[in-house]
Amino acid sequence: MPDIFGIPPQALFGQLLLGLINGSFYAMLSLGLAIIFGLLNIINFTHGAQYMMGAFTAWMLLNWLGISYWWSMLIVPVVVGTFGVLIERTMLRHLYKLDHLYGLLLTFGIALIVQGMYRDQFGSSGLPYRIPDALRGGTDLGFMYMPNYRGWVVAVSLVVCLTTWFVIEKTKLGAYLRAATENPPMVQAFGINVPRMVTLTYGFGVGLAAFSGVLAAPIYQVSPQMGADLIIVVFAVVVIGGMGSIMGSIVTGFGLGIIEGLTKVFYPEASATVIFVIMAIVLLLKPAGLFGRVR
Amino acid sequence: MAEPMLAVRGLNAWYGESHILHGVDLDVRQGEVVTMLGRNGAGKTTTMKSVMGLVGARKGSVRYEGRETIDLPAYRIARQGIAFCPEERAIFASLDVAENLMLPPAVGPGGMSVDTIFELFPNLKERLSSQGTKLSGGEQQMLAIARILRTGARLLLLDEPTEGLAPVIVQQIGHTIRRLKSEGFTILLVEQNFRFAATVADRHYVMEHGRIVDEIANDALEANMDKLHEYLGV
Ligand SMILES: Nc1ncnc2c1ncn2[C@@H]1O[C@H](COP(=O)(O)OP(=O)(O)OP(=O)(O)O)[C@@H](O)[C@H]1O
Ligand SMILES: [Mg+2]
Repeated sequence: MPDIFGIPPQALFGQLLLGLINGSFYAMLSLGLAIIFGLLNIINFTHGAQYMMGAFTAWMLLNWLGISYWWSMLIVPVVVGTFGVLIERTMLRHLYKLDHLYGLLLTFGIALIVQGMYRDQFGSSGLPYRIPDALRGGTDLGFMYMPNYRGWVVAVSLVVCLTTWFVIEKTKLGAYLRAATENPPMVQAFGINVPRMVTLTYGFGVGLAAFSGVLAAPIYQVSPQMGADLIIVVFAVVVIGGMGSIMGSIVTGFGLGIIEGLTKVFYPEASATVIFVIMAIVLLLKPAGLFGRVR
Repeated sequence: MAEPMLAVRGLNAWYGESHILHGVDLDVRQGEVVTMLGRNGAGKTTTMKSVMGLVGARKGSVRYEGRETIDLPAYRIARQGIAFCPEERAIFASLDVAENLMLPPAVGPGGMSVDTIFELFPNLKERLSSQGTKLSGGEQQMLAIARILRTGARLLLLDEPTEGLAPVIVQQIGHTIRRLKSEGFTILLVEQNFRFAATVADRHYVMEHGRIVDEIANDALEANMDKLHEYLGV
């Protein structure tokens, strides 16, 4: 195959795929953050730690109990989501009426504690997680060789993101969520138990982070630091997309992953910073984010 | 005599540190339309929000159909069969008209059918897929009333439903309120315009500084005009 802009196509598509993979995680994580922020008014800095807990829980289930990847995809979001529910019930609940800053400080503190505990227990070197047998190997797509597991991650995350979007934008349950995001007392006055909805929404957002962690475990090293590194970029994604927009989070997540991948091909020196440069430009031109509403 | 549908006794309410209601007493009997009149800031909205459980703190007694609700959270009060249509209408911008209309869940049997609602408010039927807040002020008011008729709630709290609307729409709302009364709804209404109130209500309460200071039967309204002008400062 001929070069594209002087780049061998294998390298280009390879980086595009890497970008899509990163974009998958950006999208799923920023989606959870956006949902949580919309309803709870809290910037969930624990999100990265909850993603890491997802990966570790899958690792522990596999290595200590022999529970497979497939079961982990179901069990882990529930387990870590329940941890989220407990945090919401006992701590976050008291902060809703206060400035965003308090929620941010609390969730940041929790993230540090959780990461510290995992580092204490497992060290910081990172543990491998075996790719499940059914997804080992790769497929020759003609223009490139695609490792099966990577294709799987992109496909699953697309399905998860679009399903979440559909539920929020097109169903009755989603209408409750949107209405409660706008005006909680009024929704409460219709007879809906908004506090319980808030708890479950937080649980769902955390569960989504944990699910991402399970997906990530076979790709990245399972380490206490894995979420902290990723979440900084995810926050930039959220700022660019605009806090609180569901489709905005998804599109921005995948889009920035791809842009980052392309930057690695065309101007590798900037690949670590390109997202933050975009963030700065967006903040200057459109402070509410590309898809955001001023609130 | 049977206990009134809504019996409010010694109701005190606070927003944070500010003490707004200082012992409100009022009754609404089954099938009645009762208004609260009073100047701006008298506490009419706060009274409705307190009945609904939407203020920071409340004390006293609010009994609905014989049951004390003062310690219940708002969503459980709503489920007893009370619905609130707020002054600012609170139509949701992120929901279309159909979603706004269908949002409140049923809280009791015998809610009004969607067909009857469209017969009352034909405009809404034309605009079902519009964004809720793209409606005109009058249409938003109709939507705000319409969505609480579906749920089977029997006591409606309507806070200034005619505020800022054109005379023909005010008339339409007056017509709607009389129709609702004839269908057996019980209504507590806040109004600034006592001429309008006189066309729909059985009784009027006058509110001042967080208390009910007078009660006037609708047929005694004419005779009490001077007093009323003084209360309302008009
Ligand atoms: N959220 C709030 N926080 C603090 N004070 C409030 C709040 N809402 C209303 N108040 C105060 O409570 C008092 C009563 O207000 P309320 O809205 O009940 O009056 P109202 O009789 O409905 O007036 P209007 O005719 O203007 O609607 C006013 O002094 C108002 O400033
Ligand atoms: Mg008012």
